[in-house]
Amino acid sequence: MIHKYKLNGLNIVLDVHSGGVHLVDEITYDLLDNVEPPFEEECPKWVIEKMMRFHDERDVVTSYKEIVKLYKEGILFSEDDYEKFAAYSVASPIKAMCLLVEQDCNLRCEYCFAETGDYGLGKRMHMSFETGKKAMDFLLENSGNRENLELDFFGGEPLMNWDVVKQLVEYGRSREKEFGKRFRFTVTTNGMLLDREKMDFINREMSNVVLSVDGRKEVNDRVRKRVDGTGCYDRIMDKYKELVDLRKNENYYVRGTFTKYNLDFAEDVLHLYNEGFDQISAEPVVCEPTMSYALTEKELPAIFSEYERLANIILEHDKQGKHFNFFHFMLDLDQGPCAIKRLRGCGSGNEYVAITPEGDIYPCHQFVGIEKYKMGNLNDGTFNTDIKKEFAAAHIYSKEDCKKCWAKFYCSGGCNANNYVYTGNILTAHKLSCEMEKKRLECAIMIKAAKAAEELDAEV
Amino acid sequence: MKHIITINKANLKNTAAKGGCGKCQASCQSACKTSCTVANQKCEK
Ligand code: SF4
Ligand code: SF4
Repeated sequence: MIHKYKLNGLNIVLDVHSGGVHLVDEITYDLLDNVEPPFEEECPKWVIEKMMRFHDERDVVTSYKEIVKLYKEGILFSEDDYEKFAAYSVASPIKAMCLLVEQDCNLRCEYCFAETGDYGLGKRMHMSFETGKKAMDFLLENSGNRENLELDFFGGEPLMNWDVVKQLVEYGRSREKEFGKRFRFTVTTNGMLLDREKMDFINREMSNVVLSVDGRKEVNDRVRKRVDGTGCYDRIMDKYKELVDLRKNENYYVRGTFTKYNLDFAEDVLHLYNEGFDQISAEPVVCEPTMSYALTEKELPAIFSEYERLANIILEHDKQGKHFNFFHFMLDLDQGPCAIKRLRGCGSGNEYVAITPEGDIYPCHQFVGIEKYKMGNLNDGTFNTDIKKEFAAAHIYSKEDCKKCWAKFYCSGGCNANNYVYTGNILTAHKLSCEMEKKRLECAIMIKAAKAAEELDAEV
Repeated sequence: MKHIITINKANLKNTAAKGGCGKCQASCQSACKTSCTVANQKCEK
């Protein structure tokens, strides 16, 4: 399977199953519409005749030879032989955990999937140290031979339960040695309660910190509001700068959500860059299509062109020596994760679980509150391994749409939770998310291709 | 090659044979969280 597209003046061909990325000329781009394996040694007559209407015969012949050469090398029209690996996709040790240490929140962001902290459960709960400890023990005991354990303090707003966060970090550290493991703590915060003491602790103990802000003040404040309805921008920005500064600009990112209200979200990314951040993420809102800020099919053309614009902005900045990472365009075409990892993506419900303040276990933070997928409870010691198996078997070859999709090794089958919420089945892709994901990938690959092309030009 | 330039190593297949150790970071694909696409991760082997 190949995927070819034109973007930014480049003709790009992705060979899906080898991961090969090729830049091709116009003739080859057209020729690829007309040929596919099995290949003959010489270009078929009818193809030459058809192509000759627009191209020179000699060029068609030589282009055909190059296609066949790459095919023989296994980097064009390469075969899909991954299904056998997918068959080994069995339950794995648990290596990552999301602790919902605090289901309450001090903001009332309009689009929050946690429904202002209570996950639609109608309760506002704090996790006790006891429950947190049980969760960490559960992770330590169920992580098999995995040495690095990820533990994300999440909410609601986790800083509202700060003492427990600190105690849990201390507890985790005290048990690393005996288990021969290492915790990587992370925290996702809205910044409202950050102070120097918390910053120092976070910077010492957390291997990553995620700072929520949507971009320009007016964009942020329209949706990210305090209980009294005022926006939070002014309160958080200086704190974020201080925190990032103190951690020497490393291992953090500022992340925002974009909605129908800011389809010019590239401006928000730029705003965050201009405010001094260089690790930036902006995510499409996930919500009911009936909400006034929802993204729907109708917004897709605008979103696509904004992604393209952003890709160009990034290339332009790069040329001037100004680098920043936009998370969704980050891609390593050579040393990315292995194909096995790509079959399954996030690992929710299998390698990754979320724990609520009551000790309930869910496949991930986005499944919290969906009774069908409650996996068990830490207090009564239950854990449903059938659900774990179901998630272990959720990979790109068990998802009909994904199997045939050119983006499968980059997207890894999307988000199981999104799939469930929108389609009622974790294995059925949510088309709108797919469209955006594919566009982002096209842009990300284009950025790499453009840089490669530039280097080649420089060599000539 | 005159018509086609390959810009990467195209080595995905090799990684299937050797891969799957599970040492790498978990990666939420979704909008709400760590927001990694799998492809932006590093192999940690
Ligand atoms: S979720 Fe959508 S974009 Fe991702 S691999 Fe599946 S079909 Fe493709
Ligand atoms: S199911 Fe979706 S939200 Fe949950 S961990 Fe996976 S990608 Fe993230």
